[in-house]
Order: sequence, then structure tokens, then C-alpha cells
Amino acid sequence: MSADFLYGIEVIINGLMAGVLYALVALGFVLIYKASGIFNYAQGVMALFSALTLAGIMSGQVPFAHLINAIFGTDIHYFGWNVPVLAAIILTLIVMVIFAWGVQRFVFRHLVGQEPIILFMATIGLAYFLEGVGDLMWGSDIKTLAVGLPQGGSLWVEEATAGLGGDDFFGFFIDKLDMVATVVAIILVAGLIAFSQYTKQGRAMRAVADDHQAALSVGISLNFIWILVWSLAGLVALVAGIMWGAKSGVQFSLSLIALKALPVLMLGGFTSIPGAIVGGLIIGVGEKLFEYLIGAPYLGGATENWFAYVLALLFLVFRPQGLFGERIIERV
Amino acid sequence: MKMKKLAAMALAGTLAAAPAMAELVIPDLSYRTGPYAAGGTPFSDGYQDYFNLLNARDGGIGGEPIRIVECETGYNTEKGVECYESTKGEGALIYQPLSTGITYQIIPKATVDEIPIHTMGYGRTSAANGEVFNWVFNYPANYWDAASVMVNYLLEENGGDLSGKKIALIYHNSAYGKEPIRTLEELSAMHGFELSQLAVDHPGQEQKSQWLQIRRERPDYVLMWGWGVMNQVAVQEASNIGFPMENFIGNWWAGAEHDVTPAGAGADGYKSLNMNRIDANLPVFDEIRTLVHEAGNAAGDGSNVGSVLYTRGMYAAMLAAEAIAKAQEIHGVSDVTAAMVRDGMANLEITEARMAELGMSQIGPEFSVSCENHGGSGLGIVQQWNAADAQWVALTDYIAPDDSVIDPLIAEDSAAFAAENNIEPGCL
Repeated sequence: MSADFLYGIEVIINGLMAGVLYALVALGFVLIYKASGIFNYAQGVMALFSALTLAGIMSGQVPFAHLINAIFGTDIHYFGWNVPVLAAIILTLIVMVIFAWGVQRFVFRHLVGQEPIILFMATIGLAYFLEGVGDLMWGSDIKTLAVGLPQGGSLWVEEATAGLGGDDFFGFFIDKLDMVATVVAIILVAGLIAFSQYTKQGRAMRAVADDHQAALSVGISLNFIWILVWSLAGLVALVAGIMWGAKSGVQFSLSLIALKALPVLMLGGFTSIPGAIVGGLIIGVGEKLFEYLIGAPYLGGATENWFAYVLALLFLVFRPQGLFGERIIERV
Repeated sequence: MKMKKLAAMALAGTLAAAPAMAELVIPDLSYRTGPYAAGGTPFSDGYQDYFNLLNARDGGIGGEPIRIVECETGYNTEKGVECYESTKGEGALIYQPLSTGITYQIIPKATVDEIPIHTMGYGRTSAANGEVFNWVFNYPANYWDAASVMVNYLLEENGGDLSGKKIALIYHNSAYGKEPIRTLEELSAMHGFELSQLAVDHPGQEQKSQWLQIRRERPDYVLMWGWGVMNQVAVQEASNIGFPMENFIGNWWAGAEHDVTPAGAGADGYKSLNMNRIDANLPVFDEIRTLVHEAGNAAGDGSNVGSVLYTRGMYAAMLAAEAIAKAQEIHGVSDVTAAMVRDGMANLEITEARMAELGMSQIGPEFSVSCENHGGSGLGIVQQWNAADAQWVALTDYIAPDDSVIDPLIAEDSAAFAAENNIEPGCL
């Protein structure tokens, strides 16, 4: 097989892996939109905040240390202990549940019945608030996220495939972190589907997603379900934050990963978990292949960001509700 | 009642007649929040701590206290321009915009307002031509110097011959990232190396395509013009594909501690340029700790002292302070104006003796500024990351750029700017 052909396959494989990482971010948007009709602008910042919290807890950082020192004239920064990964993840999840409760209690409970655009605006405010709180709590320095995830290309894959092509083919490059992200994403999606299908709370969540009024009439607590949904979105944000944070360290640009989720949502629909996954994969492969075949050789490169949106727009024209979105039917 | 009124008027008259307490106002256009805060915070800490040290130790500069006016830009050009507009009325003497985008926007404004701008190793490269850019200074070095220093270093590494070598430039797809391309193209033609260019879109969180391309094409060297998250991801991806890190060189905005620590041991051997030396044992740091931090006047939490960007911020403050002192010397007054500070900058001379006197021996190269040359010497060093010791190690002494390539480019670009803006080149 020619090296060019094999490298094309390598690009597709890596595109699929990148797509999984995009889908991880998109999933959080879908969960909240499906249950409450809110487009959560703060999802990217939630990923940042959860990763900051995890890194801070693991390293034994004193939250709000800068503020405490400024007010009381102290000089404290660390407790002097390190928290094991698993315990830190559990503590971070508790923080995200408290955040979900706070969002519901202090923001959205007061906005019930408002127009979707008002709710969207509220999430914009929430995003900036959360970013500021994250900065105040944990500081703006870049934190290394040592959760034991593997880094680097898989030598085994590289050596096993090096013989497929000639001297100018060096074997497939597959990032071990991307492989882990794929497995985690599969477990996460399977878990979410199982939760929504086989648990009482999951079924209540689906009922609320289908019809708020009907769900209320059979005694389902909207407040509880929305806290649950925001908590699940917090869990997804934490997983996305860990995967992306492991690549670059935990830093404030993590919040911008939301930009990668938008074309996935446009393509996969805002209401479908499988749509987020398939949309992510299509966007990942599409943008990487375009860059490989056309962008880099003919257009000067850096085409991935805009091409992802072109691809999503093309799908939108033919299927406005997205690949797996609910069909839009309006009767007059 | 009449007497009271008269007494009040007399008191007011006395107060008005008394000499006003002068201040040297230095705006600090910092960015401690947002995606680039990790770079902006240590620079601002160093910048402010040095001025606070001068206040504490010397009572300011020439007996005039310094007042720092900090304004948060978030590394956002619009906010940066707002900061400029809101602080210039305070009597600002010199601006360090700390962003190429902000620099481009405030060059015309500062020129009209007659306030000097110092863009140290960033901004508009052709501002080195002082006859066109009377109010802009970019000493001690600029982007084109950096590109040339990189190539000169590689020439040294390869016995003076780069013909047939493949060099890839991975750059932030912005005006900043594209700065070195023209210079590298000239140098590629001159030295016979093959130059390939790989653009990375903002913010640079995802670079898989670019590094797969590097893995396929196997360049001998990769040069990087990155900033923010692009740096950390690039170092990680280079390590992931097994690219030899000693052949990967970033510019001086891609060579801070936080650029390499997230990649852990994988970043070992990565190189970058620096326009100033790193030495955590400089006597000036002890003075800052004692007179500024212990007195509770630290700009930040004190944790950044001695780091790459803290040192650079402090170095920038030292250059500003020396220019103000020079202005005081030229004009014979201590309460200098922005226009006088411009004169100080245009006549600045930095010597090793002076740097040693300030407790920062060899922090930068010796250089002098003139009306015609606002760019300084253009020298840079190459440093290498030692992951085991978690520190940058200087590999070379200061390397000179190739002025025979850069000077004509500066002349050409500044002439075009002068023509576009109806500027008659000349000294003030």
C-alpha cells in the first residue's frame, strides 16, 4: 500500500479520536438542553472549573488563598498534603453537585417560564461568574493534571503497522491518551443511557425532557431533575476537563473547548446523545481529512476550525434538527 | 462670616501656591485573567515589583515617587485600547502594551498624544526605524532578530551549512505568528534550507494535524512562534510523536516554565530563545523580597520571583526606569513629561557596569538606542529545558542576528508605513 494512502487512514483514525474528545464536550450541552431547553453557554467553563478544582484538591491547594491572604495578611497557599486521585475526583464531583444545586436554587428557579433567550443569557452570565470564581479559588497559573493518564504515541501500534507501507511509512501514530478517552467516552455514554433507561431518576429525567407539564402532573419534581441534570453535566464536564487538561495542563483556555462542541451540536442535534457522538466523529474526521487533503497543501493550513462549521452548516441546510435531533413539526 | 470666607480663600490660595507632589505615572497594561493569564501575571508582577522596589529603596526615580496604574486587558485588543484611553489622562509617561494586537492599535494614538511606547521583543518590528516611528521603541530585540538568531544558532550547530536541511515553522495563525515568515524566507533562500510552514488556529488547543504532518515530513528542525496554550500543546505533541526535543526551538514567547511543565519529562531538551538571562540568584531579587514583599507591597503572591517572565517584566521595568532617569538627566528636571521620557529612551545606554550596579549583572546585552535605531542590539540567547531540575539552562552566549538581512526588511516595511501615513521620516 502506498504511504499516502496509509497516512490518509492514519488521519481518519486520529480524526475519529479527536471527534470523541469533541463529543465529550458536546454531551454536556445535550444533557442540559434535552432536559430543560437551555443552551448552556457555560459548559466549557464548567469543564475548566471542574478540572481546576480537581487539580487544586489533588495538590492540597487552599481555595481562595489569594483572597484570604489579602484580607487577613496571611501567607497560606497549600495545606501541605496531596489527595489521591480517586478521592479528589469524588470531592470534585461533590463540588459540581453543589454548583448544580446553586445554579438551580439561585438562578433558574427564578427564571421558570422565561423565554429561551433569557435562559441563554443567564448561562452567559453564569459562564463569566464561574470563570471569575475559578480564578479566585484556584489562581490563574497552569496546573499539571497528574491523574495517571498515559501520554505519547503507542509504540506497539507503530511497530505493528510499520511494515504495511514502504520506507517512507513509519507506522500508524495513535495517541495513548486518545485511546483512553475513547474507552472512557464509551463507558460514559453507556452509563448515561443505562441510567436514563433503567433507573427511576433516569426515567423521570426522560419524562421531563418529553413534557414538563405532564411530568409535573405525575408528581415528578422539576427542581430535583434539573439539579440531577446539571450534576450529570458537571460529571461530563469533569471528564472532558481531565482529558483536555491532560494535553495542555489545566489553564483558562480550556473554556474555549466549547467552540469545538458547537459544530458537533449543529450536526448531531441538541437533543440526542448518540447524535453528539456521531456528530463528533464526523466533525473530527471531516476537519482532519480536509486539512490533510486540501487545507495544508493548497490553502496554507489552519482550516480545521472554520471547516468544522462549514461541514455543520451543510448538514443544517438539509436537516435543521441535526442528524439525530427530534423532527421539527409545527401544526397550524 | 466675611472673615471666615476670607480665611478660606487665603488657605485655598496657599494650598494652590504650594508645590504639588509630583508623581511618575507608569501604566501597567496587565492580563491576570483569561486564557493568557499564566503568561501575563508573572510579567506584571516583575514589572510592578521593580518600580515598588525603587519607591522603597530610592524614593522613586530622581526623588520622584512612582505611581503604577494597573489596567486589566485580558490580552484583548479592545480592552487594551480602552486601558490606554482611560490611563493616558493620568499623566502616563510610558506604555508597555504587552500585546502585538494592542500595540498596533495604539501606535497612531500614542503618536498623536506624544506618549512613548516600549514593545520589548514584540509589536511592530519595523518600529525599530526611529525616524518613522518617533514614539515607538522595541529594544533590545524584535521578532525578525529572533528568527535570524535561531537560524544563526542552527548554522553554528551545523558547521555553518544549512543547505539541504528541512526546517518547519509552526506558528500561531495571527499577525504575531506570521511575523517571522518573511525573514525566514529570505534566510532560507540565502542559506539553502527548505522552509515549510504550519499554521495553528487560535487558541491552539488542537494541533494533531500539524504534528502528524511533522511526523510524516520529518524536518530536521522545528521552530515555533506560539503563545498561550499553543505552546504547552505543541511541546506535548512533539514529545508524543517522538520528535527530538533538542531540535525543537521556540521563540522567546514560547520559553517560560509553564510552557514546558505540563508535558513533564517529555519536555526535556526543548529549547527556546530568550532576550534576557535567567538567574534566580540576582541580588536584585533579594532586595525585592526584603523591601517589597516583606513590606507587603508585592504585586502578586511572590511565587514568580526569578521565573522567565517575571525576570523579563522586571527587566522591562528597569529599562523604563533607566529611560526616565536619562530623561531627568537630559532635561535637568525630576518631574519629567512623556515627551521628555521619549528623549530619555532615544538616548538610552545600557552597560554591564550599570546592570551590575542595579543588582542584575548580565541580565541583558549591552546596547544603546539612538534617534535612528529604536531596536537595540537584537541579540538573543538559546536556553534549554532541564526537566529533572525543572529549570532553563542557558546554552549559548548572546547571539547576534544577521543585520544585512533584517535592516533592508525594516527599511522597506517602515517606508511603506511612512508612505501610507504621510510621515516625513526624521528625528524629533
